[in-house]
Amino acid sequence: MMKPLLLRARGERNSRSLTTYLRFGGYGAVKKALIMDARDVIKEIKASGLRGRSGAGVPTGLKWGCVPKASGKPKYLICNADESEPGTFKDREIIRVDPHLLLEGMIIAAYAIDAHKAYIYIRGEFFHEAQMLEHAIGEAYRKKYLGKNILRTGFDLDIYVHRGAGAQICSEETALIESIEGRRGQPRLKPPFPAMAGLFGCPTIVNNVETLACLPHILENGADWFASIGTQESTGTKLFSVSGHVESPGVYEVPLGTTFREIIEDHCGGIPNGRELKAFIPGGSSAPVLTAAEIDTPACFDAVAKAGSTLGSGGLIVMDETVDMVWVLENLLEFYAHESCGQCTPCREGSAWALNILRRIRCNQGCPEDLETLCRIADFACRGMTICPLGDAFCEPIRSFLDRFGGEFRAAVTSGNPPRVVKAPILPTRRDQSMFAKPGTESC
Amino acid sequence: MSQDQTPPLTVASHDEVKEIHFDGEMEDRIKNILGRYSETQAALLPVLWACQERWGWISAGIMEAIAERLALSPAFVESVVTFYTMFRSRPPGRFHLQVCTTLSCRLCGAGPVIDELKRTLGIDFGETTPDGRFTLSDVKCLGVCGEGPVIQINDDYYTRLNTEELGRLLDEFK
Ligand SMILES: Cc1cc2nc3c(=O)[nH]c(=O)nc-3n(C[C@H](O)[C@H](O)[C@H](O)COP(=O)(O)O)c2cc1C
Ligand code: SF4
Ligand code: FES
Repeated sequence: MMKPLLLRARGERNSRSLTTYLRFGGYGAVKKALIMDARDVIKEIKASGLRGRSGAGVPTGLKWGCVPKASGKPKYLICNADESEPGTFKDREIIRVDPHLLLEGMIIAAYAIDAHKAYIYIRGEFFHEAQMLEHAIGEAYRKKYLGKNILRTGFDLDIYVHRGAGAQICSEETALIESIEGRRGQPRLKPPFPAMAGLFGCPTIVNNVETLACLPHILENGADWFASIGTQESTGTKLFSVSGHVESPGVYEVPLGTTFREIIEDHCGGIPNGRELKAFIPGGSSAPVLTAAEIDTPACFDAVAKAGSTLGSGGLIVMDETVDMVWVLENLLEFYAHESCGQCTPCREGSAWALNILRRIRCNQGCPEDLETLCRIADFACRGMTICPLGDAFCEPIRSFLDRFGGEFRAAVTSGNPPRVVKAPILPTRRDQSMFAKPGTESC
Repeated sequence: MSQDQTPPLTVASHDEVKEIHFDGEMEDRIKNILGRYSETQAALLPVLWACQERWGWISAGIMEAIAERLALSPAFVESVVTFYTMFRSRPPGRFHLQVCTTLSCRLCGAGPVIDELKRTLGIDFGETTPDGRFTLSDVKCLGVCGEGPVIQINDDYYTRLNTEELGRLLDEFK
């Protein structure tokens, strides 16, 4: 088993203190980076193949490269510590184990994009974690790793902690920006992307905690070393938050490309009570569910995509044979119906509607048409029909559950209940409406 | 601002916290917060947190005071307060119990814990015990799914609960 990188300090005494961090060679990467040209830092990160750890797997160097050089406006860096996708709890672990690793990563990122102010947006429930960050920031200021003229290189950076207040949609980057600006956390239409016009209308880079925590390691050991870990397109290690039916749930760090079987059976000790695996969600609640047959899929961006799901945030939810999939989908939809910010009709109404249907099915009052309606909702609310990807996030589970466990759903809607007289209303399919045709293509 | 000048806001109650003025200490905090952002409005969430810390909840009076201090309209402040579930526009019980009802916790047995909790306290989600001690809420994923079932009591997380643990825990707060 590989030695952990991001969680190397786990289990150390006083792992959060600056002294411990320095003992691990901490802030060495900043010393290196701040005497490099910012362009070379970006090049190094590009060469390492690092991809964003928040879900979509956007190459980090590429994203930084989009920040306009000479806009004349200040630039901002935001660390997204609003971890809120059900099944994901890895960023909290980094903050609890090694907050200085995150701060060092932020200094490097801020230097690369020429930002002098950075915010850590942390979810309001993480009260103690916010204090840990404040404490670490205080230590870093005292030792001149933050503030004016860092390590006498002439680079200035201030980092502030900004607490959210219990709106999970604020983990979406534009909602997060709205929230920092003091408004309701409602996502903005993109483009413009935050890299062009984000916080206070200025170029802004939003990166996940785990992404930022990788940076010191890359600078320290070189891009080639980082690229040699994992697979060709998914480099480095990844934190997997494993929850549900495993012997020892928790956060595990493994090289990308490790199979889910290894993670579940070797690292987490398998399924408890001698039961069998039924299904697992590989990347947080919005990733499509996979069945036990797919357990040998390597956990890297491309292989999981090929298996029909996404690696997402690495929130691995494991379910054993006793689990009722209709119940699981109902539970997930409760989350999305609750979190929809309400701006877009397909998301607001679709998630609530789908939830209602699931509740009805679970009360034994479903009818076969309900499954058809679910499919149509899932087709209707995704792929660009909504302002932010939360629309897709609730459609993917619906589609994948019906796809892979359709039998259970069909059984649930036909199990001996009287046929209902009123037919559920049916949504138009996408093709019914010419307004959805792409410009320049013929409407169908 | 007196009550007759401004019509009462819709959600928050006016009654409990009447005398709102930002004393020196609070004023210092607000100034410190304002220094972190290039726009005044960005101070809204941190200032709301500071007020909730001080008064325990955000009354209409506090919203008005904040609105005046940050040059916003009271209605706007209310719109923000009501969007975020952690800001309370009503006085809560002394201990706010928030139980995660999302998938991972449910897979690990949150269901029985929730039933037991409702039974012992004799209240449902969204209610407060008659003695004003406990308020019970259901929340979505608290971000510690590996340690479910989990309850947040005020600022602290209590994890890996089962029905016996829960009994012991509640005794501590009795
Ligand atoms: C509905 C939704 C939820 C999201 N939740 C998170 C989250 O909890 N944590 C996170 O870091 N990014 C989250 N993101 C992604 C952010 O918008 C943003 O892309 C990310 O912070 C970029 O980080 P990265 O480039 O380092 O991956 C979410 C996006 C969407 C659409
Ligand atoms: S998709 Fe949903 S969460 Fe996203 S902006 Fe639209 S309504 Fe809000
Ligand atoms: S599911 Fe309960 S904390 Fe995440």
